[in-house]
Amino acid sequence: MRTKTKYIPVPSNAILPERDAAREPVLECVNLGIMLGGIKAVDNFNLTVGRTEIVGLIGPNGAGKTTVFNLLTKVYHPTTGTILLNGKDTHGMTTVQVNRAGIARTFQNIRLFKNLSVADNVKAAMNNDMRYNMLSAILRLPGYRREEIAAHRRALKLLSIFDMQNMADVPAGSLPYGAQRRLEIVRALATNPCLLLLDEPAAGMNPSETAELLDSIRKVHEMFQIAIILIEHDMSLVMNICDGICVLNFGQVIAKGTPDEIQSNPAVIEAYLGRRKE
Amino acid sequence: MTFLNFFISGISLGSIYAIIALGYTMVYGIAKMLNFAHGDVIMVGAYVCFYAVSRYNLNPFLGVIIAMFLCTVLGILVERFAYKPLRQAPSLAVLITAIGMSYFLQNTALLLWSSNPKVFPSIIGRGSFKLFDGNLSVSHITVLTISVCIVIMIVLSLFIGKTKLGKAMRACSEDKGAAQLMGINVNATISMTFAIGSGLAAIAGALLCSAYPTLMPTTGALPGIKAFTAAVFGGIGSIPGAFLGGLMLGVIEIFAKAYISSQLSDAVVFAVLIIVLLVKPAGLLGKSIQEKV
Repeated sequence: MRTKTKYIPVPSNAILPERDAAREPVLECVNLGIMLGGIKAVDNFNLTVGRTEIVGLIGPNGAGKTTVFNLLTKVYHPTTGTILLNGKDTHGMTTVQVNRAGIARTFQNIRLFKNLSVADNVKAAMNNDMRYNMLSAILRLPGYRREEIAAHRRALKLLSIFDMQNMADVPAGSLPYGAQRRLEIVRALATNPCLLLLDEPAAGMNPSETAELLDSIRKVHEMFQIAIILIEHDMSLVMNICDGICVLNFGQVIAKGTPDEIQSNPAVIEAYLGRRKE
Repeated sequence: MTFLNFFISGISLGSIYAIIALGYTMVYGIAKMLNFAHGDVIMVGAYVCFYAVSRYNLNPFLGVIIAMFLCTVLGILVERFAYKPLRQAPSLAVLITAIGMSYFLQNTALLLWSSNPKVFPSIIGRGSFKLFDGNLSVSHITVLTISVCIVIMIVLSLFIGKTKLGKAMRACSEDKGAAQLMGINVNATISMTFAIGSGLAAIAGALLCSAYPTLMPTTGALPGIKAFTAAVFGGIGSIPGAFLGGLMLGVIEIFAKAYISSQLSDAVVFAVLIIVLLVKPAGLLGKSIQEKV
């Protein structure tokens, strides 16, 4: 079991894990909202995430969890509110720009580049780090070789976190399901994020795979010391790994707190199970 | 020996189709659109090369390089102003725009350079190699065309397979949304694809008009359609497919001209296309997409 995180309030009325309190939060969402097809898909969403915090984002189906991820990564642009990433307003940034600024994600339905090899999937995500130009690529100058070799090494190193370095040349589409999920995490890590968004990483996994995934997420968290937001329906995973949990229902935050607080929160129980008839 | 002769000229014509087909297939693979203006970029390239050589007396190879440069710029501009605003539009709208762009380029050429056919000077003269005691003659331009095509194929395959831009292109062709979320600049990648395709079109234009020296504003249209056919034949979206499809189309066309009838050659070419698509709907090397239900 994880040691319980002590939460302390910070000036902006949010709470952060004690270990992150001294540093600027990696992400602050203030009054975030978006209308999609006449519905408030997300409304008045406030969330502060500490430097190394693991936050669980839970809620019933259709509560707006993935919409929050799409807002953070600028797939959608918010109609109200602001997103501060490392203290900087992300207003007007494109998807590519927020990725460069440090947000990386995985997808609910796996979206790997299926026909590319495992290593190429990872290297495709390193595009920003490579500096050589087209001419040196065509003429195969030393600069090009050096960078490609370095990228390959780094890709193998990242893959070795999940023991996948010997699958580097296999097409990503032919990997087993669990390995594809892990490769998505590796690919996201290859963009050098400070905030990793995992969208239902345990979806479709059996209990032993989920347990393995839990270890992997912990390992990534320890190695890279990054913040993670996790959308997940598997409550054992969420309760085990998350420092804090944020519960969404109908686009609104209905509860925030530590796993223990959430488990006994009447609003959360009502959202999941319905109100008891008197 | 005549058979061999026909075969070689088929390969040579096919090489030109293959180079043009690359432009279609790369753009389709990455932007998922059919750029019907591609054939007319060939014509522009040929005109630029023609004027550079016959008006300004430049070295033919310098002429080709200038044509490549201008066509690259043209390709980027066409993409930027005609296709990019339609990125979210239905594919039919993009298709119609591409056809419109094709006519726009043809008619602009008509205004600029008039409809009088120009006689294109071959970029390496009209000499030929005599083999087997003069029984087999292979013109220099044939040899040049085939070697250029092979070099382009090798360089392009390495480029797509081994460089960051190549990886970005393959990533975009599979899932633009995911690519963007992994920090790949999709717009720049599509732009670059058009640039490469159009640069190759300029080379194809110079080679085509060196082999078939009549240059008119409509010169690019038919080879464009044939190369598109070649791309479909080999499996659109596949680079080796464009190569194979181009070569086969060229050989079939020349053989049909030689042994069946020169009027019917195009009919034969398209009949073969129909048969291939009936048997293999995704083309020779295309991947058929299996829908999960």
